[in-house]
Amino acid sequence: METTNKLFTVSIYTENNVGLLNRISAIFQRRHINIESISSSVSEIDQVSRWTIVVETTETQMRKIIGQIEKQVEVIKAYYHTDEEIIYQESCLFKIKSDLLFEERQIQNIIKESNSRIVTVSREFFVLEKSGRRSEVDLLYRELKPFGIMQFVRSGRIAVTKQEMKITQMLESFASV
Amino acid sequence: MQTKTLQKEAMTQKKERISGSEAVVRCLLAEGVNILYGYPGGAIMPVYDELFKYRDQIHHVLTRHEQGATHAAQGFARISGKVGVAIATSGPGATNLITGIADAQIDSTPIVCITGQVGSHLLGSDAFQETDIVGISTPVTKWNHQITKASEIPEVFAKAFYIAKSGRPGPVLIDITKDAQFEEFDFSYEKCTGIRSYKPVPTLEPLAVAKAAEIINQAKKPFIVWGQGIILGEAEAELKAVIEKAGIPAAWTILGASALPSSHPLNVGMVGMHGNYAPNKLTNECDVLIAIGMRFDDRVTGNLNTYAKQAKIIHFEIDPAEVNKNVKVDLAVLGDAKESLSQLLPLLKEQDHASWLQKFKDLYQVEYEQIIQNDLYPTKEGLTMGEVLKEINLQTKGQAAIVSDVGQHQMIACRYAEFNQTKSNITSGGLGTMGFALPAAIGAKMAVPEREVVAIIGDGGYQMTIQELGTIFQTRVPVKIVVLNNNFLGMVRQWQQLFFDKRYAATELINPDFVQIAQGYAIKAQKVTKRDDLGKAVQEMMEHEGPYFLEVSVEKEDNVFPMIPTGSSVSDIRLH
Repeated sequence: METTNKLFTVSIYTENNVGLLNRISAIFQRRHINIESISSSVSEIDQVSRWTIVVETTETQMRKIIGQIEKQVEVIKAYYHTDEEIIYQESCLFKIKSDLLFEERQIQNIIKESNSRIVTVSREFFVLEKSGRRSEVDLLYRELKPFGIMQFVRSGRIAVTKQEMKITQMLESFASV
Repeated sequence: MQTKTLQKEAMTQKKERISGSEAVVRCLLAEGVNILYGYPGGAIMPVYDELFKYRDQIHHVLTRHEQGATHAAQGFARISGKVGVAIATSGPGATNLITGIADAQIDSTPIVCITGQVGSHLLGSDAFQETDIVGISTPVTKWNHQITKASEIPEVFAKAFYIAKSGRPGPVLIDITKDAQFEEFDFSYEKCTGIRSYKPVPTLEPLAVAKAAEIINQAKKPFIVWGQGIILGEAEAELKAVIEKAGIPAAWTILGASALPSSHPLNVGMVGMHGNYAPNKLTNECDVLIAIGMRFDDRVTGNLNTYAKQAKIIHFEIDPAEVNKNVKVDLAVLGDAKESLSQLLPLLKEQDHASWLQKFKDLYQVEYEQIIQNDLYPTKEGLTMGEVLKEINLQTKGQAAIVSDVGQHQMIACRYAEFNQTKSNITSGGLGTMGFALPAAIGAKMAVPEREVVAIIGDGGYQMTIQELGTIFQTRVPVKIVVLNNNFLGMVRQWQQLFFDKRYAATELINPDFVQIAQGYAIKAQKVTKRDDLGKAVQEMMEHEGPYFLEVSVEKEDNVFPMIPTGSSVSDIRLH
């Protein structure tokens, strides 16, 4: 029995229906697996949702879970991938006191070097946005932390595969109906 | 011809303005439902009002508890192959369905459950008898859906019946808010023929079938284990043809029982924890294990690390998620059992594995001498459960459907009941739901009135749904009820004896007078305590036209053997 845990990114194409989140998360819950992050959005095809779920588990478990996800009536297709097989990003927002932008020159350097973007500036605060890998987001967080962060939020991972997904043709046939 | 088609089109296209609740009944009728089991209450009253108006076309059976309604629907489905229907109100009515739904999910039984729900403006407000039944039932349903607008009813019902029955069957729940039941809309009904995100039966790969045939043809000691997939897929004839042509000894899981007559020379018995000695033992000696429509449940496999390690394993299965879930297989043949076996048959060589089959016979002899003989022809004073089954076999000529509950009597019933017809073993396998048998027997008998239905129940499980005697009283459904009374929760007591040093924690039952209780419901009843009275009593029960209750006092501390203790290998099956 395989026992080493790995990080997997699960991509699920589904119909857009009430309650499906509950149905899918229950499959992880049954096996006592924590969901690290989850993101739901539209996909490349109208009326088809795409979910990106990150979990840490063994590959054996992962394969069984994919089977159990796929058999749900409203799930069109499910895949799992390792980090090497995908291009993935997260996004985050920092809310920081505006004074710091002018008083702390270091902050301007951090913004520049991290390739983050100022979304808005008001008298009281400014909002910084950064997209990238978890490590980049973490680094930026560590760098800004000493200056005081008013609010911080990070999105779940979203990912596309390097290889073509066989789903595309299937989805196209949906779209043409 | 053309005008006919046009007329037909006009019929289906024709829309009528009716209420959501009437639409529910019309949908059921369109799906061929003429009986359903349920219990009324506030949030489902509009539908009940319509059931009253349509009572000459659809028969509602009032069970005494909603759990009974689900089990009755299961019994109906299991014996008939059709979709069973249960209906209940919101809140507690809905939550009471859950055990039956979970049972149907794990045993792949097609049922549709309908629940009323508070008005949509009240959803989420903790209204009276509001419960999130869609949320609660999600992990135990194949599909579920909440309807808040009457116009959704036809499509959702059509999908529900399609999903429940197609592919690997399972339970579906439809929750309907009260306002949707009252709302009027233009009704028309069209059956569901497909859902784009749902592929109920995988496409059979001829190459996989050919590979399977090649492996089977080369096998010296092939062994088949079939499950309920044969019955659900109506592949009994194909299974028989395959095993006869290739001369393969075949064993069954508890839910596969009755797919092949018990007396068939290649039927080598039941696998699993309390299955037969030979098929369990020889699982670890065969060279090719052919699993058909079964899911390698832990009660079947015992310790996975020592399960059929020497064998090549071929898995014929409709549900891709079952492949390699518990046992890693060498070859999977995905598809419907009937189709797969039909394609396999012409590729098989005619063979006769006589010496291999002889091994099964030899081990049967060992089991017979050490266990079966004592179970069926006891010499001790106390009655055994086995001899009751033997008597029932005799009186019914093995034609009855046996509905068993859960526990020792269930294992005895499955081990010793003689089956000559398919869909004859109705029991709660995967979930092990005590209280299943009495309501399931009611549903089964109503589905197929021409068949004898005998419920075999322990004194524990009987009292979990004993209130359904009221349903029998009211409907006069002629089920035969046999309670094998040992004044114990026998299976738990057996484990306490074997693994907990005989500390009988909470397993002894002080029971009421069951005969009097049955008589209170005007059910003819008798109790047998002596061997000499048994045959006559069973005969009287079977000859009686109406419902009948027979209590048999059996030995208090008998154990069911053989047994594979939890965590042990199938080949370490114990005879005592």
